[in-house]
Order: sequence, then C-alpha cells, then structure tokens
Amino acid sequence: MSDTPKEIDALIALMAKLPGLGPRSARRAVLHLIKKRALLLTPLADAMHAVGASARECLNCGNIGTSEICAICTDEARATGQICVVEDVADLWAMERAGVFRGRYHVLGGTLSALDAVGPEDLGIPRLTTRVKAEAITEVILALNATIDGQTTAHYIADQLENKVTVTSLAQGVPIGGELDYLDDGTISAALRARKTL
Amino acid sequence: MQWRDQGALLSVRQHGESSAIIEVFTAEHGRHLGVVRGGASRRIAPLLQPGAQLDLTWRARLDEHIGSYNVEPLKSRAVAVMGDRLALAALNSVTSLLAFVLPERESHPALYGHTIALLDLLGNSSVWNLAYLKWEMALLEEMGFGLDLSSCAATGSREDLVYISPKTGRAVSSQGAGEWADRLLPMPQSLLSFQWAGHQDLAAGLKITGFFLENHLAPALGNTPLPGARARFVDRLARQPSDE
Repeated sequence: MSDTPKEIDALIALMAKLPGLGPRSARRAVLHLIKKRALLLTPLADAMHAVGASARECLNCGNIGTSEICAICTDEARATGQICVVEDVADLWAMERAGVFRGRYHVLGGTLSALDAVGPEDLGIPRLTTRVKAEAITEVILALNATIDGQTTAHYIADQLENKVTVTSLAQGVPIGGELDYLDDGTISAALRARKTL
Repeated sequence: MQWRDQGALLSVRQHGESSAIIEVFTAEHGRHLGVVRGGASRRIAPLLQPGAQLDLTWRARLDEHIGSYNVEPLKSRAVAVMGDRLALAALNSVTSLLAFVLPERESHPALYGHTIALLDLLGNSSVWNLAYLKWEMALLEEMGFGLDLSSCAATGSREDLVYISPKTGRAVSSQGAGEWADRLLPMPQSLLSFQWAGHQDLAAGLKITGFFLENHLAPALGNTPLPGARARFVDRLARQPSDE
C-alpha cells in the first residue's frame, strides 16, 4: 500500500491520465510541483481553476474561448468572406501560428468515420451550411488532413456546398525543407500531380 | 503463434497514445485484427490508410489473443483515390462493408481476389464502377446470398430476363413473371451483362445488390443497418451526370 497521502495520490492518478504521462512520470511531475509550490503549483492550480470556470466552445465556430462567441468570430476585421474548415481546435491553432489566414474558422470536431459511426450531423456540417448563407461567405477553404477520412469529409462538404460557394482545399506535396529521397511514394505522386509552372 | 500474410487494410483505430489496432482483410486468414506498436506515430500512421496493401507478420502467445502485427507497406492506394470523390466513396464503401459482413479469422480467398482486383482499379481506370457492382455480387455470393441470374426461375428460359425475385434473388423472364411482375425487382442491364450502360443503370444495379444486402444479409448479421459509407457512395453515384 502507498504511504503517499490520498490527496497527492489522487493528483498523481489524474495527472497520469494526461497525454504523454504515465503513473511514473505523473509522480515525478507532482513531486516537482510540490517542490516548486510557490513558483508552479499555486499558479497552476489558479490557472486551471480559471480555465475550468471560463473555457467554453464558441457557439458559432467551435473554437475554444472564454466567451460564448470567440474572439475570432467577433473580430470584424476577420469578416473577409472566407471560412477555413479544420478538423479540431489543434488544427485551428496551427493555422493561427502560421499567421497567414485572416478569415474565420469552422471546427468540425472530427471526420466522417464509418467505423466509429460518425455521420455528417455529428460534425456540425449543417451548421457550416447555415453559416455560409448567414455570413455571406464567398470561399470555404477545406484544411483537412490528407488521410482517407479527412478527404472523405472534404469531398462530402464540397458536395453539400456545390453551387453555393467556392470550395477550395489545401495543396498536397513536398513540405518546406523536405528531401525527395525521404518522401513516401504517395506524397511524391501528389506533388507531381499538383506541379506548377515557374 | 506466428504467421505471415498479405492483406488490404480495412480500418485503423488508435490504441493508447502510440499504438493502433488495425483490421486487415488477408489472403489466408480472412478479416484479422492486431495491434501495431507505434502505429500512431508520425512515421507509421501515414502508411496505415484504409485500402493500403500490407505485408503482415502476426505474433501472439495464444491463438485467441489479439496479437501484434509487424507491417511492411507494399502499396498505398490512398493517392489514387483521394482526388476522385467517387473512387474515394467506393473505397470507403468496400472497406466498411467488408468490416461489417466478414466474420473474423475466416478465410475467403475468392472474395479476397475480387477485392484486391477492385482496389487496384479504383481511381486508375474507367471500368472500376462496373467492377464494384461485380464485387458486391461476389460479396453476396460469398456470404450465401448470391443472385442467380442464369435462367428464369419460373420457366427455365435464358432469354428475356427482365426481373429479379426479391425473395430468392433469381432471375425471372417477362413471360415467367406474368401477373406477378409488379412485385418483382426490375433487372438493370449492368447486372445481367456487365456492359456499361451509364451511371443511372449502374445505380439501379447497386439498388438491387443493396436490397439484398439490406434485407437478406444484414438481418442475418443481427439486423444492424448497413454502413453509411455505402449509402454515401450510391448517393454520389446517382448524382453523376448521365454521360460521364
């Protein structure tokens, strides 16, 4: 039986559920937090409490914010007539890190999946169709993963928006800094198909 | 326990943070699941796309264990279909139907042959849609619900076969149908001769195979509905322009 106080054990058990952590690494992290109580533990607890109380999903786009409508959706400068559709919030953050897209987003929350019985209505696709009409959208950019599920979802959305708005998708090909020798056959093939005149 | 085989990947599900459970339709071991250690990693995950042809080594301490796979990619079929929405929809339909109907660890060599031939055609040829129809007929046949379109169930005639019995799956001629004609399913040209007669005729052929999948095969598997991927493929096909 563990001699650790049950409150600390409970914290370790919760930390062990986080991605990248197991029981041993959670124990180490908790010990580190306790040692740095003033510097880390208390501010972390306060921050988690604040986020727990205020974090919510934007009712419009599905982004995570602290109000019912997120900062991107309320920013008038981002009403460019473009919506970028992403699979989840991590993808939205990746797009924002790149800093090149100045329009608004729509977070699907997943992809169509026969295996997991995820259908169009589970992904907020009808909401996207409504937004296209309500926000006078001129272009929908599908920034979905280059996987079978991602592209199935992209084609399904393109079908739903056919003749309503311009639908584009991200290009596929050689990544910046990529060497051909290390690329898989599929990426080389896709890059060759999408070649451009210089 | 250990074996080595080849197979087409049907589905992938993340297992823990770094592994994946894959479902493969293999040549000699049928539909078989197994864990791929590191299958969710950035190196291996792109190779584990549905439809991919894999060389597999399966190991487990006991036969009834799920076991683990060592996978070696042989052929990726993702690129060929990703830009073609109809072929992509067909790939999803094939993989989800196989996952839906095939019992685990039961060899189906004939159906495996049909499946690999179809997957190789998807996105690479203009004849794959007829091959898809033939594949669904082979699937029904393999599962014991095959259509018999060789002669009329009532008269034995091989001519003028224009209907299919919804109960037996046998062909019926116009003479044999008589006053029962309105209770029979109309026979599309594509089902009888595998001659290209346009997307609408093909969609009519898939309506027939869909009828038997839904009303005969699915109830035998516990009355669960057919995978939505098939309905999406048929819907997409029906919306193709008729001259394409």
